Amino acid sequence: MEEKKSCCNCNYGNEADPKYVELDQVIAKFKGMEGALIMILHRAQGIFGYLPEEVQRHVAKELNIPLTDVYGVTTFYSYFSLTPRGKYRIAVCMGTACYVRGAGDIVSAFEKELGIKVGQTTEDKMYTLEVSRCIGACGIAPVMTVNEDVYGSISADRVPGILAKYNAK
Amino acid sequence: MERIKLTIDGTPVEVDPGSTVLDAAKKAGVHVPTLCYHPELRVEGSCRLCVVEVEGMRSLAASCVYPASNGMVVRTNSQTVRRTRKSIVELLLANHPQDCLVCTRHGHCEMQDLSHQLGVRKVRFKGELREMEKDESSVAIVRDPNKCILCGRCLRICEQTQKVSAIGLAYRGSKSVVTTPFNQGLNDGPCVSCGQCIKVCPVAALHERDATEVTWKALNESKIHTVVQVAPAVRTALGEEFGMRPGSLVTEKMVTALRKLGFDRVFDTQFGADLTIIEEGHELLHRLETKENLPLITSCSPGWVKYAEHFFPEMLDNVSTCKSPQQMFGALVKTYYSEKVGIAPENIFHVAIMPCTAKKYEASREEMGRNGLRDVDAVLTTRELAAMIKEAGIDFENLPDSEFDLPLGMSSGAGTIFGVTGGVTEAALRTVYEIKTGKELEEIDFHNVRGFAGVREASIPMNGLTLKVAIANSLGQAEKLLKRVKSGEAEYHFIEIMGCLGGCIGGGGQPFSKDPDIKQKRASALYRQDHLKRVRKAHENPAIKELYRSFLGEPNGQKAHDLLHTHYHARSRY
Ligand code: SF4
Ligand code: SF4
Ligand code: SF4
Repeated sequence: MEEKKSCCNCNYGNEADPKYVELDQVIAKFKGMEGALIMILHRAQGIFGYLPEEVQRHVAKELNIPLTDVYGVTTFYSYFSLTPRGKYRIAVCMGTACYVRGAGDIVSAFEKELGIKVGQTTEDKMYTLEVSRCIGACGIAPVMTVNEDVYGSISADRVPGILAKYNAK
Repeated sequence: MERIKLTIDGTPVEVDPGSTVLDAAKKAGVHVPTLCYHPELRVEGSCRLCVVEVEGMRSLAASCVYPASNGMVVRTNSQTVRRTRKSIVELLLANHPQDCLVCTRHGHCEMQDLSHQLGVRKVRFKGELREMEKDESSVAIVRDPNKCILCGRCLRICEQTQKVSAIGLAYRGSKSVVTTPFNQGLNDGPCVSCGQCIKVCPVAALHERDATEVTWKALNESKIHTVVQVAPAVRTALGEEFGMRPGSLVTEKMVTALRKLGFDRVFDTQFGADLTIIEEGHELLHRLETKENLPLITSCSPGWVKYAEHFFPEMLDNVSTCKSPQQMFGALVKTYYSEKVGIAPENIFHVAIMPCTAKKYEASREEMGRNGLRDVDAVLTTRELAAMIKEAGIDFENLPDSEFDLPLGMSSGAGTIFGVTGGVTEAALRTVYEIKTGKELEEIDFHNVRGFAGVREASIPMNGLTLKVAIANSLGQAEKLLKRVKSGEAEYHFIEIMGCLGGCIGGGGQPFSKDPDIKQKRASALYRQDHLKRVRKAHENPAIKELYRSFLGEPNGQKAHDLLHTHYHARSRY
């Protein structure tokens, strides 16, 4: 590969971009520490909303590690998102307790209502559908979250109602 | 230290402390099947094919990682062990395309061997065949993820031995895949096309990009004049493909086979190697005089050159501007030879046969052509040449001998040893010493630069100057050496770097081999050939002298620079 030019419309290498300024501060803080890569990626996702390719390249470059290491981590954990996510992130818990109480049906209901599969984002960038590992709320299983809002003891027939709430916002 | 005593299948064995159960089994003469294990790589213990029963343990142990201990009683072939192994292979096969009959690895495939060895006759599991796109972005290496069994050997050799990390494991569980970041393709990353990943891949998930088809086409075209050059390391390995003993030297049979395939002229890359020594030798003498850009680092290994561009761009001025023997040869075929025989370069198809996949990449580099034509039109690996000989129905072992064509088939023993790590240095020393001192060498063999240690160094006194040289084989070793040079910890005048372990004899295009001593065997054949040569110094090759007299003029002169030298540019790692 020839020396990489800044791609498409991202601001890779643009030092004035406040997001990259913040990212570089995060990198400076964690660099050299154990588990630095995961901590940096976690913060980076917070800053950018997801982990664009160029952010991953930037992190690899700054940490002086192979890009394959970064990509291996960002694809390993479902927590990391490689594509832009919607305004509302729906995460249905797939821990054992939720699963046996029908979390699968809830996921199917969302898929049907939104016309997307798990991991995808609706075209209008409103919703991203995800599944999560046990979030530790087994007492109210099945459980799900929309951004910071938690919904417990849900069933598939409540799905349209939940969505209606956000559609109206 | 106290030796460890244990029993394997009833046979008592003694091993050194630190040995694994697998080591002990080998010692006891017991073959335990393995898959993710590879003797040249760090052990992983992930495929679990090598499981054995250890008395007193409830579950089976992966013998490649399990340490041997005193009094241990091991069974490698109990009913449970055999069943487990079989299930592992069946599970792999359940997700594996079964088009063996038309597969590049048919007959050289470890999956086939295992399945046969373990007596797998049916696959009891129903798997899912994933349809993933092949990565055909590279001019040298093709990745077919559908055939991958996720053993991880390729990424370990790429990361540990080559320090490139062009490929890695991504995703997890049933979605796991070996790929390049963002699936961007090998061409868009730091891959140097060395093909070491192919060499360790047990199946057809990695292979070279085919050049046999274009070669057959050219051979069948009556108006096209076909000229072939063959690298030194090919002749010490080609025989293996035909069941001959490793280390067999098959130079003369190989020449006959190439004629039978229909090549109009059969030449020797070793002529190009001799020429490289003259050019690079003078370059070294010049730099010693001006004291600029020292150490001079060799440039004959295209995997190394690309590695330098990605990982040591600040040292590119140190890399010799000499093209590699393959490309010097190519440039001469399309100019000197073309003029001499009166055939226009566009009517010449020039094929190079190489132990190397990176040579395919090198031939495709922008700098390596003239007037819209490539200097080398196709590069075949040793394996591809063997495939063509088989396809043509040639009975290789019983072929009569024949000689290379002249003049570009004439070479010295110095050119021969280019094929093994340390060889370029030794060849250069034979010439540089005599030019610099004006005296004839008493001892031509430089034993102190031979061998397979990752990094070797030597000091050679020469007319008041002590020439300090260093040699590295594999890119990981090169990295180690260059870091020391950069930090000022080590100082040399001349550094030889070969991208592959052992040099070209261990190249990514060589026959697959399970012989642990394969490099030594191939190397000793080259040293034997060197000894048999009438001329053993590059500057004494009469065809080289004639080339300078009638065509090139002075070494490092204007014409030599135009045709035989090149330049490099920095590339990103990311
Ligand atoms: S890689 Fe081996 S097992 Fe797989 S299709 Fe090819 S020959 Fe058959
Ligand atoms: S060809 Fe060499 S550099 Fe490229 S992926 Fe294979 S081992 Fe790595
Ligand atoms: S490509 Fe080959 S070596 Fe690499 S993980 Fe897959 S099967 Fe193993």
